[in-house]
Amino acid sequence: MTEISTNPVHIQPGLNNLLSRYAECMMWLARYMERIENLARLLEVTESFVRGADGRPGWDTILQINSDEDCFFARHQTATEQEVLAFYVTEQENPNSIKAMAHAVRENARAVRPLISTEMWMQLNVFTRWVLDLHPSDIRANSLSGLCNRLKQECQSHYGITEGTLYRDQAWLFYLLGKHLERSDQITRLIDIRYHTLLPAHEEVGSGIDITQWASILRSAAAYHAFRRLQPVTTTPVNVVGFLLKNEGFPRSLSTSLRMLDSTLSTIAGHGSLRRLCAPIQECVAELRVTLADQTVEDIIIRGLHEYMQWIQTQISRVQQETALAFWPAPGILGGTPSVQVQQ
Amino acid sequence: MNDAPLHAPVQAAGLFTAYDVPDFFCELLNRKDPPPPGLLQIKERLAQFTLAELRHRTAAAEAQLYRLGITFTVYSDSKAIDRILPFDMIPRVLTATEWDHIDRGVQQRVQAINLFLHDIYHDRAILRDGIIPADLVLKNPNYCEAMVGLKVPGGVYVHINGTDLIRDQDGRFLILEDNARTPSGVSYVIENRHMMLRLMPDLAAGVPLRSVEEYGLKLHQSLCEVSPEGVLDPQVVLLSPGIYNSAYFEHVFLAREMGVPLVEGKDLVVENHRVFMRTVAGLRPVHAIYRRLNDEFLDPLAFNPESMLGVPGLVDAYRRGNVTIANALGTGVADDKAVYAYMPRIIRYYLNEDPILESVQTHICAEPEGLAYTLANIEKLVIKPVGESGGYGLLIGPHATQDELEEFRRRLKDNPANYISQPVVNLSVSPTLCPAGVEARHVDLRPFALTGRSTWVLPGGLSRVALRKGSLVVNSSQGGGSKDTWVLAS
Repeated sequence: MTEISTNPVHIQPGLNNLLSRYAECMMWLARYMERIENLARLLEVTESFVRGADGRPGWDTILQINSDEDCFFARHQTATEQEVLAFYVTEQENPNSIKAMAHAVRENARAVRPLISTEMWMQLNVFTRWVLDLHPSDIRANSLSGLCNRLKQECQSHYGITEGTLYRDQAWLFYLLGKHLERSDQITRLIDIRYHTLLPAHEEVGSGIDITQWASILRSAAAYHAFRRLQPVTTTPVNVVGFLLKNEGFPRSLSTSLRMLDSTLSTIAGHGSLRRLCAPIQECVAELRVTLADQTVEDIIIRGLHEYMQWIQTQISRVQQETALAFWPAPGILGGTPSVQVQQ
Repeated sequence: MNDAPLHAPVQAAGLFTAYDVPDFFCELLNRKDPPPPGLLQIKERLAQFTLAELRHRTAAAEAQLYRLGITFTVYSDSKAIDRILPFDMIPRVLTATEWDHIDRGVQQRVQAINLFLHDIYHDRAILRDGIIPADLVLKNPNYCEAMVGLKVPGGVYVHINGTDLIRDQDGRFLILEDNARTPSGVSYVIENRHMMLRLMPDLAAGVPLRSVEEYGLKLHQSLCEVSPEGVLDPQVVLLSPGIYNSAYFEHVFLAREMGVPLVEGKDLVVENHRVFMRTVAGLRPVHAIYRRLNDEFLDPLAFNPESMLGVPGLVDAYRRGNVTIANALGTGVADDKAVYAYMPRIIRYYLNEDPILESVQTHICAEPEGLAYTLANIEKLVIKPVGESGGYGLLIGPHATQDELEEFRRRLKDNPANYISQPVVNLSVSPTLCPAGVEARHVDLRPFALTGRSTWVLPGGLSRVALRKGSLVVNSSQGGGSKDTWVLAS
């Protein structure tokens, strides 16, 4: 199989003085952009393909995927389409809304503006300002799928411009770290909640299922057509979960994201003095990769998919914590005031 | 004196047809001498534009500025609004001769300012000799005790200086104000040029203009030259208050042009009296800091203990000569509006030369005769509080109502030392695109001078334009815009 995303990360030697604050902001910039894209996918797919028992779009499932039920019901009575959409698109009080995340993107981008290319900044500037000016009424007026498409395209433009213009120094590596970490996180959340709701009982593994529902999972991850090419006949939960977790050629699969994380960390560790700092982070990632490689999908499901996804998410936040500890140590360790960067 | 034909036939045909040439010196259309060939060429080309075309390009320029985020942030009702500095597409043109005069005048001024600052923080000869009242200097709120007796590299205090110039009725350049603390606006000079070359290539083609591209390089070079002795490859940083500062764009711009990190106070740490920045590889030494932070915020241990923006211990490291801060602390004495009145004498005192650039005649209200004159002639004068900048709190006598004049008379008597007065100068104008067409608007000029081992002046400078008809206040906070400043190479 051709491994489309394994090209090694090359970076310029000698640029070993990236400000800690810049590293942190690059990582969060990438994470938030990736998160916005994923949310846009989820919203679009939920509207088109996800149906509750009454045949209407299952807006409550999206609250589950993001573990946002508490946050949502603190301010809303029922999960109507209008309210869930406002909650996820324009409600700035919800830290996981597109608007709140665009705000975080903007703050981080402003902080690293001296570092990123002018073209990156221009696109982010226009994009975030557009999102920040969105009104709840804009969601319906232009149809949800139009809105989600523009969001996805803006995110993809961002990746393209970044890939094509950002200088390959440490800033790039921390950007990649954030991007692949976020992808790992998003794919496990998606699998976890959808699998959970669609197939609650273990004994049903491998039995006949609602293909539309499973296809919607693939669609949310932009994996539907790739999966079809690989598995033209059999859409089983095992196949779908296996594809999203373990396929080495699919750019958003867990194993691809973990491999990219690993390779990015090796490059960072290649900078002499950073080897020691990288070690605990690399260890976390290695553990993630080994557990994924050592088990078949069937094993994973039998042992408990939900528990495994939870464990992965815990490991992922450990990677983030270890990275912070290594590269932007909190006050007290080095003295001084805490960073004000917006995090999750 | 006004012999040159104002309207050659070709101009009458175009953009300037309806331009009401005012009585003031007009940078483009009413120069007292016959315009030099380069200027004539630009004028003729401009005349070919239609109003619609100029508006079209202006809209394109403003859209670009917005997209590029060349904005300053205004905070109102806890909402952050990004504004662009209005940009006028009709350039302000200076001839080679005019520039040569300004260049020499600014260099002289900066040299005198640096000698003055060195003197008041060491021997105080100028005070002993009675050239300037000792109280005005030593009791000045900007006088910095931490600088007393401190040797700064190269004797340079003001590494970056902005000199505000105006032109009077006869086209004579006069210094209105010195900016020796943290002068801003230079990013607009360079971005305005880029904008002009992108959007008005047909106007600039073949015109021999002095380049403004070197600024970042020269700034970096100057800072390296004044780094602590013995450092071979100095690490320069730009210290900014952060992303919420209204001039953050300029900080980003300058850090990029110099190729140095833009740091905030929390990125720096002082250990063993040395300054370091926090990087992913640990602490790395810093040798020179271009700070865009006022003195009082630099170091909570030395000044305002409430400041979250500064770096604890920075002033101590500075006093030990381990780091260079540009501009030095306590330079605000030199650009004080009351000290300004003494600048011609200060130049003569240190350099034994006449000032190349004259100042505006200034009455110091702290002196009885200055106060008496000001009170007697208030309706003819501009009254300025000495502590304010940005065009705040001043009175323009001829434009004021009886009540306002009375109010200021009272303020003057209550606290005369807080004010100076100057005659109203009929600022020069430049044709400017306005809602009703191309009209005359008042302009000033702020050239920027860099000093390391020697002084270099960026050709041109920031031309600010008062967009309101008749207004003399060009500050961006007061409805001002800007123009590209073209210095003809020959």
